[in-house]
Amino acid sequence: MVTVSMVVNGTKVDKEVEDSLLLAYFLRETLGLTGTHVGCDTTQCGCCVVHLNGISVKSCTVLATQADGASVTTIEGLAHGAELHPVQRAFRECHGLQCGFCTPGMIMAATELIDTHPGPLTEEIVREEMEGNLCRCTGYHNIVKAILVAAEEMRLPGRAAAGD
Amino acid sequence: MYPFTYRRPATLADAQRLFGDAENASFLSGGHTLLPALKMRLAMPSDLIDLAAIPELHGIRFEDGALSIGATTRHAEVAASPVVGERIPALAGLAGSIGDRHVRHRGTIGGSVANNDPAADYPAGVLGLGATIVTSRRQMTADDFFVSLYETALEPGEIVTRIVFPVPAIASYAKFRSAASRYSVAGVFVARTGSTVRVAVTGAGAQGVFRPAELEAALTVDFRPEAIKGCAIDPATLLSDQNASAEYRANLILVLARRAMEKLGTIQSFK
Repeated sequence: MVTVSMVVNGTKVDKEVEDSLLLAYFLRETLGLTGTHVGCDTTQCGCCVVHLNGISVKSCTVLATQADGASVTTIEGLAHGAELHPVQRAFRECHGLQCGFCTPGMIMAATELIDTHPGPLTEEIVREEMEGNLCRCTGYHNIVKAILVAAEEMRLPGRAAAGD
Repeated sequence: MYPFTYRRPATLADAQRLFGDAENASFLSGGHTLLPALKMRLAMPSDLIDLAAIPELHGIRFEDGALSIGATTRHAEVAASPVVGERIPALAGLAGSIGDRHVRHRGTIGGSVANNDPAADYPAGVLGLGATIVTSRRQMTADDFFVSLYETALEPGEIVTRIVFPVPAIASYAKFRSAASRYSVAGVFVARTGSTVRVAVTGAGAQGVFRPAELEAALTVDFRPEAIKGCAIDPATLLSDQNASAEYRANLILVLARRAMEKLGTIQSFK
C-alpha cells in the first residue's frame, strides 16, 4: 500500500491505495466519481479520459501512484453548480450523444483540445485529435459539430472561465 | 495485474540501486505499453521503478550539432517542439503520428525505443537517422541497439537516458496504419545526410526494424522516387499476421518508400 495525494476537481485528497491501482479505478471506486467510465480498459476507447495537470490522459493506463502530487479534473469538475460547461451544453444542444457512455471521455478530450490547441479548430483537426475517443452510436458527426460550436463560443471574449 | 511495489526515485543512481535490490524489477516510463501488458498478466515484476521524476532523463536540447532527446520526453512534446520541428521535421511528424492524442501525452521516446515493438514508429526514425542511444552505462549506435522483436542490446538494469540524432539534410516518413490498433502495418523512414542515404522499415520485419540494403543502394545512386522501381524486398524476411501477409508487406514497403521520396521533408500517415 502507498499513500497518494492529489487535487481532484479542486479538492485535496489523501488516500492509501494498492500500488497497482489504476487512476480510473481510484476515481471511480475510491472517490466514487463514477462519471469517468471504463470502456475497453485497453487504452483504446477513450471513455476514461481525464485531465492530469491540464493534459488529457486515458486514466485506465495511468497508475494512481503516477498521479501522486498532480491535479486531476474529471467530468464532475466541469460544471459550475447547475451551469454546464460550454462543451457539455454544446453536446446537449447538438445531439452529440446517444447512449452517453463515451460522453464523459469525449467532453474531457474536447475541453482539453479547445483549451490547448494553438489557433482555431477546424473539422479536420477535431476529427484527427479526437481519434482516441470511440463512439459506437453517433457516427461522430454531431460530436464534431458540438466541439466546433463550443470552441467558437469559448473563443468569444468575456466567457465565464469554466472547468480548468 | 499481479501485485507489485511502485517506486519513484529522483536520481538515476537511486533507480539503478532499486533495480539491483529488487527481486525482479521493471522500469516504467510512460507506461503505455507496459501497463497494458501488466493488465494482461504478460509480466509479473516485483517492483515497478518509475523514471518520470528523474530530471536529467527529460527534455530536448540541440548541442554539438545534434538533437538530444531525453528518454522520458513524451511523444506530444517531441511533436510540438520547435527545436525538433526546425531541425528534423520528419521526426516531429513521426512523434505526432503515434497512437492518438492522449497516448502521445503519456508515451515516451525512451520507453518506445527500449521496448522495441516491431510495429512502433520511433525505431524507424532512430535507425533511419542513425541515432546514438545513450544509456546509464554506455553509448550504442541504433544499428547495434535494435536486436530483434521486443529485444535490444540493453542489459538488465541498464537505462536509456537520451537519444542523440544527427541532423540530416532531408528526411521523410510514410506509414500505413492498422485502422484498429493504429500501429504501423509498415512504416518507411528515409534520411539523406551528405551523400549517405539510410532507409529504415518498421512494422514489417520478421526480426523487427531493419534497413533494406537494396533500397539504400538504389537511393544512394539516384535520390529520386523513380530509383525505387526495380527494387524488391524478400517476403521471407517479413512478418505475416492478421493485418497483412509478408507478400503484401513486401509490396507495401516499396509503395511507402516511393511516397516518402515523393514528399521529402514530410510525414504521411495512411489508413
